[in-house]
Amino acid sequence: MDSSLLAILQVGALALVLVVIHRPLGDYMARIYSSTKDLRVERGFYRLIGVDAHSEQSWMAYLRSVLAFSLVGVLLVYALQRAQAVLPYSLGLPAIPEGLSFNTAVSFVTNTNWQSYSPEATMGYTVQLAGLAVQNFVSAAVGIAVAIALVRGLARTRQGTLGNFWVDLTRGTLRLLLPLAALVAIVLIAGGVIQNFAGFTDVTTLTGGTQSIPGGPVASQEAIKMLGTNGGGFFNANSAHPFENPTGFTNLVQIVLMLAIPFSLPRTFGVMVGDRRQGYAILAAMAAIFVVSLTALTLFELNGAGTAPQLAGAAMEGKETRFGIAGSTLFATSSTLTSTGAVNSMHDSFTSLGGMMPMINMMLGEVAPGGVGSGLYGMLILAVIAVFIAGLLVGRTPEYLGKKLGPREIKLASVYILVTPTLVLAGTALSFAIPAVRADVEATSILNPGLHGLSEVLYAFTSAANNNGSAFAGLTANTPWFNTALGVAMLFGRFIPIVLVLALAGSLASQPKIPSTAGTLPTHRPQFVGLLVGVTIIVSALTYFPVLALAPLAEGL
Amino acid sequence: MSSRSRNGRQYWVAVRAMVVLTVVLGIGYTAVVTGIGQLALPAQASGQLVSDADGQVVGSALIGQSFTDADGNALPQWFQSRPSAAGSGYDGTASSGSNLGPENADLIKAIGDRRAAVAKLEGVSESEVPADAVTASASGLDPQISPEYARLQVARVAEARDLPEAKVSALVESFIHGRDLGILGDPTVNVLELNLALASMAH
Repeated sequence: MDSSLLAILQVGALALVLVVIHRPLGDYMARIYSSTKDLRVERGFYRLIGVDAHSEQSWMAYLRSVLAFSLVGVLLVYALQRAQAVLPYSLGLPAIPEGLSFNTAVSFVTNTNWQSYSPEATMGYTVQLAGLAVQNFVSAAVGIAVAIALVRGLARTRQGTLGNFWVDLTRGTLRLLLPLAALVAIVLIAGGVIQNFAGFTDVTTLTGGTQSIPGGPVASQEAIKMLGTNGGGFFNANSAHPFENPTGFTNLVQIVLMLAIPFSLPRTFGVMVGDRRQGYAILAAMAAIFVVSLTALTLFELNGAGTAPQLAGAAMEGKETRFGIAGSTLFATSSTLTSTGAVNSMHDSFTSLGGMMPMINMMLGEVAPGGVGSGLYGMLILAVIAVFIAGLLVGRTPEYLGKKLGPREIKLASVYILVTPTLVLAGTALSFAIPAVRADVEATSILNPGLHGLSEVLYAFTSAANNNGSAFAGLTANTPWFNTALGVAMLFGRFIPIVLVLALAGSLASQPKIPSTAGTLPTHRPQFVGLLVGVTIIVSALTYFPVLALAPLAEGL
Repeated sequence: MSSRSRNGRQYWVAVRAMVVLTVVLGIGYTAVVTGIGQLALPAQASGQLVSDADGQVVGSALIGQSFTDADGNALPQWFQSRPSAAGSGYDGTASSGSNLGPENADLIKAIGDRRAAVAKLEGVSESEVPADAVTASASGLDPQISPEYARLQVARVAEARDLPEAKVSALVESFIHGRDLGILGDPTVNVLELNLALASMAH
């Protein structure tokens, strides 16, 4: 069969699965976060941690809880790494140095899962389980909680509160992520993903050489790594490693996992604001961007432009035989249009224009469909901007879902869309503008010389600030500069937007609902979907085009 | 309550929540999945280790191996895997791609050298060498090669082992693994499994 046709059939299979699951999953999430009943195990948990599940929080209180929980997470993951030498099941690995521990702690708490290190040579099982896997769950639950708080802000009228963070965190973890992850982990084991505590097994190979076969509790980690759009690999090669992702089938399962919750949350949103069409409009905008981006990347890679791919006969450097090109590009697109950042192929070795696509995906703000929770709130912010621009065009006060978007709301949304571009561009610029840093970046960090080296640095900051975690992995990032600068980019890139989103949610929740009139812009029609897609693209295109022209475009054209 | 003590209370709640969640998600979840995996699917959970005719474990069906001598020269009696960037080649402790970019001079030179070497080894023209034979995989542990690359090696392996070419060719064809669900990924041949079958054939 023709490779383009196969690529289309593969996407068709993926779309079919997502269409089937988005309704039950979206409705289920709406029920979880709307229910007034607590499970018995949840009541026990609330007693243990000292929370009144029926008290509501203002946006400030909700934010304080998010920040307190995240700070405790950073400190715990940091401490576990520093103490690795004395922890059990550490495979004899030493304590992890301060800079790397900071970077990794921030990385997993912010749902980024950027890895400056090679896991099989750095992280023992205890740090992976008690530190990293736990954050895989809870950083995802935090993201969804913040998105739900924003949806409540849109749905509620004249209320000072947004729900209770601890309840949202608990329900997201215990009712949604934990059961799904456990189920999927078993499916992955059946598909060949390993799950053991065997450490490294030395074998004598057929030719009489030796090989160390790694072990580890991989499937349990893999399931939540993908479901929670985390992306931090158990092994250095991430989802390209045959023990993480052994077959074409497990590859599709992993892609479905990345997209399942993000593509279902618009349904949850529609149900919770009492107008499902609003959710479908958001979903349509996400899907449109996804399809266009996937098509571009697949064509670039199948076409295989560039000296090395042409010489090899296909763009197979850094790709696994069992996935082929289409299985690699679908994974890469899903991973960078969500906040996952897992890889089953090495983006650094993509064709020049192909390697630009994951960067563009992240630069769009990861909203198509985006990370769990962060994708929905990112797209709703862009919807606010889109309504505002439409309002300017026709000279009317903008409103969205019956909420007036006044100066305060527009300011919050505008600052939101400036945060990550500022971090990306400033971080990249500083890497080359500070002489001592530049010398270190060029001598130590960059693998590929010339324009491609600039792409490696640009990719790193784009990934960190957008909390993605994928890399042009030739970059040696385990240096004082990158551990610190990327750590700061991840922190700011996660929590400044969360502050703004919760502030916006609080201000929307306190407003009355104004009835729609003939002059109200309908936000559920194709016209609005087009406007939303246009705004998404224009905002990031204007911001990033110059720097893209300097690196991947210059290399590829 | 003052705002400061309210804030302080949040941290106390956060610490307790993190401790409980670490026990449930870090330890409980992993233990349950490991238990089910080891009981219900022991072969998969343990990494599909494979043994030779003498029952000696020689590797994992999922992890590729080198079939070269100590200097990295291809051993003609074995089917060859793809080039590998994991350590010094198929190092199970150092999974990695080369991460070399499409215009990288080192990569361009490496591809040219590999193409010439494979063509010489198989006694074919350079244009007949498939892409997977000259490129390193993403993991450096890719256990598989394309059917084209496997077929290209049949004549050389048959000659080195003094086996009829038709017999080796039939063996390769029987080891071609089609696309999952008919549409996912590319058809592949598992090199270690093929070589194991080849070894027992010679017995």
